[in-house]
Amino acid sequence: MKVLVPVKRVVDANVKVRVKADGTGVDLSNVKMAMNPFCEIAVEEAVRLKEAGTASEVVVVSIGPQAAQETLRTALAMGADRGILVKTDATVEPLAVAKILKAVVAAEGPQIVLLGKQAIDDDANQTGQMLAALLGWSQGTFAFKLVKEGDTLTVTREIDGGLQTVKLKLPAVITTDLRINTPRYASLPNIMKAKKKPIDEKTPADYGVDVAPRLAVLKVSEPAKRKGGVKVDSVAALVDKLKNEAGVI
Amino acid sequence: MRALVIAEHTNSALKDATAKAVSAAQKLGGEVDVLIAGEAARPAAEEAAKLSGVAKVLLAEAPSLARQLAEPMAALVVSLAGPYDALVAPATTNGKNVMPRVAALLDVMQISDVVSVDGPDTFTRPIYAGNAMMQVRSGDAKKVLTVRTASFQAAGAGGSAAIESVPAAADPGLSEFVSEQLAKSDRPELTSAKIVISGGRAMASKENFAIIEKVADKLGAAVGASRAAVDAGYAPNDWQVGQTGKVVAPELYIAVGISGAIQHLAGMKDSKVIVAINKDEEAPIFQIADYGLVADLFQAVPELEQELAKLGK
Ligand SMILES: Cc1cc2nc3c(=O)[nH]c(=O)nc-3n(C[C@H](O)[C@H](O)[C@H](O)COP(=O)(O)OP(=O)(O)OC[C@H]3O[C@@H](n4cnc5c(N)ncnc54)[C@H](O)[C@@H]3O)c2cc1C
Repeated sequence: MKVLVPVKRVVDANVKVRVKADGTGVDLSNVKMAMNPFCEIAVEEAVRLKEAGTASEVVVVSIGPQAAQETLRTALAMGADRGILVKTDATVEPLAVAKILKAVVAAEGPQIVLLGKQAIDDDANQTGQMLAALLGWSQGTFAFKLVKEGDTLTVTREIDGGLQTVKLKLPAVITTDLRINTPRYASLPNIMKAKKKPIDEKTPADYGVDVAPRLAVLKVSEPAKRKGGVKVDSVAALVDKLKNEAGVI
Repeated sequence: MRALVIAEHTNSALKDATAKAVSAAQKLGGEVDVLIAGEAARPAAEEAAKLSGVAKVLLAEAPSLARQLAEPMAALVVSLAGPYDALVAPATTNGKNVMPRVAALLDVMQISDVVSVDGPDTFTRPIYAGNAMMQVRSGDAKKVLTVRTASFQAAGAGGSAAIESVPAAADPGLSEFVSEQLAKSDRPELTSAKIVISGGRAMASKENFAIIEKVADKLGAAVGASRAAVDAGYAPNDWQVGQTGKVVAPELYIAVGISGAIQHLAGMKDSKVIVAINKDEEAPIFQIADYGLVADLFQAVPELEQELAKLGK
């Protein structure tokens, strides 16, 4: 059974981005980039499926600029077998990403596509669900636990009130939440080995997908700033402020 | 302009998130209908009919809809989408699960987590953990939106919409509900509570959260947590506040032993009043707190409980 893992190159989670003065976007020049943390979790889960003998091959795919190759190398160093770079310098919206992935699925024939539940740049939380829709597959979003039995996948999901377990028919699309695993750090020998693993290069046009955006970005602005407040020197003073100044208790 | 709000409910009752999505949908400037999809869900439909400004409630009932799994839900919503210009759901885990599936089936680019409706096709949403706000205009014929409930007032009562039964779409038969582990609590829901008190990594154990829970009970507050506290097993996953958890904007948010990472701030920085209790006076949380108390939480929190008791809470 083949597992496909789409991965996205994003701003490192520790970076606090700045909005460009002209309001056209955020300033990404000289900013540290990394694999989206939820994608790392998806790669880890796929590699674990392979280590458990459930998956036979883990293929990673990234849609993005040439530099997204580094993201693929990171995934290969974690244990994925080979990569596909769908090269484009355009900003590709989740719907177009899902369409490209649908074509990659048609070419690769995986039984499971494992993705992160959201990318920490656009925070859209859409791609996996959209891909499942386009493929007509079942979907297990916000996965907390995965168990494969025969041709079904039992998925425990993080939901607003707690946890929910569903049984999905394979093939399926799964999106990972934070608690399903802790991604490994690639060891030096594995980083060296990853350099020799194959990465195929494609373009959106190879898959016949139009990536023209549907949304026009009118403006990107700073969020409303909060003013810092005051320090209080005791719990009694705090309670007094909350009751008599803020009036919230 | 006609909008359909996909309701969040428990079959037997409507959730507050629905009333907030209704008020977001009203800002589109046209008629608003509500879809209740479930099993034996008439009580939820009756509640929805009473929301002010709702034109009509569509009620779809079938065993396959009992748990609102994404596959049958999306099939249903797509079957009803024809006359609507906008499909709107709250950005709850249900809305986030179902709506992108609907959007892709309709070949629409969804707009997630809308915090402001600026026009019938123009919306503002946070990106980069709320460090930037993006205003977009959708060129799609239909709009598919999820809305951030913390950013919209709940629609009031006083409506008397008609309830119309509609057939459930055929179940695609791809998924099956197995079980649910839901936290039972008498406290208010995190996303609709007026007061939230959250604990971080510094709580150091599940048992220690009891001191926070005691304060919560005195204040009628909901309890939240940082990711670090959830990851460590001190708090259940559904308490996580932040970029990738729940977004709250209560009247009062009390952060206890939480450093104030951007991912946590993303989930609570729109609260009206923020209190931080942290023993490190340099903790970033103090930069956004209205009232900061530099103290050991293990002393300050029990003391807070006693001070509240003095007020008769
Ligand atoms: C992809 C991704 C998604 C994330 N999503 C979220 C999210 O949704 N929500 C979220 O919260 N985080 C999220 N995070 C994690 C976030 O980056 C921080 O790691 C996390 O918020 C830290 O939690 P904390 O403040 O409890 O712990 P810490 O940062 O360890 O802070 C603990 C604080 O407690 C204080 N302290 C220690 N002992 C005491 C004491 N006795 N009394 C008083 N104070 C004390 C310390 O001074 C410190 O400030 C995410 C991270 C990533 C990479």
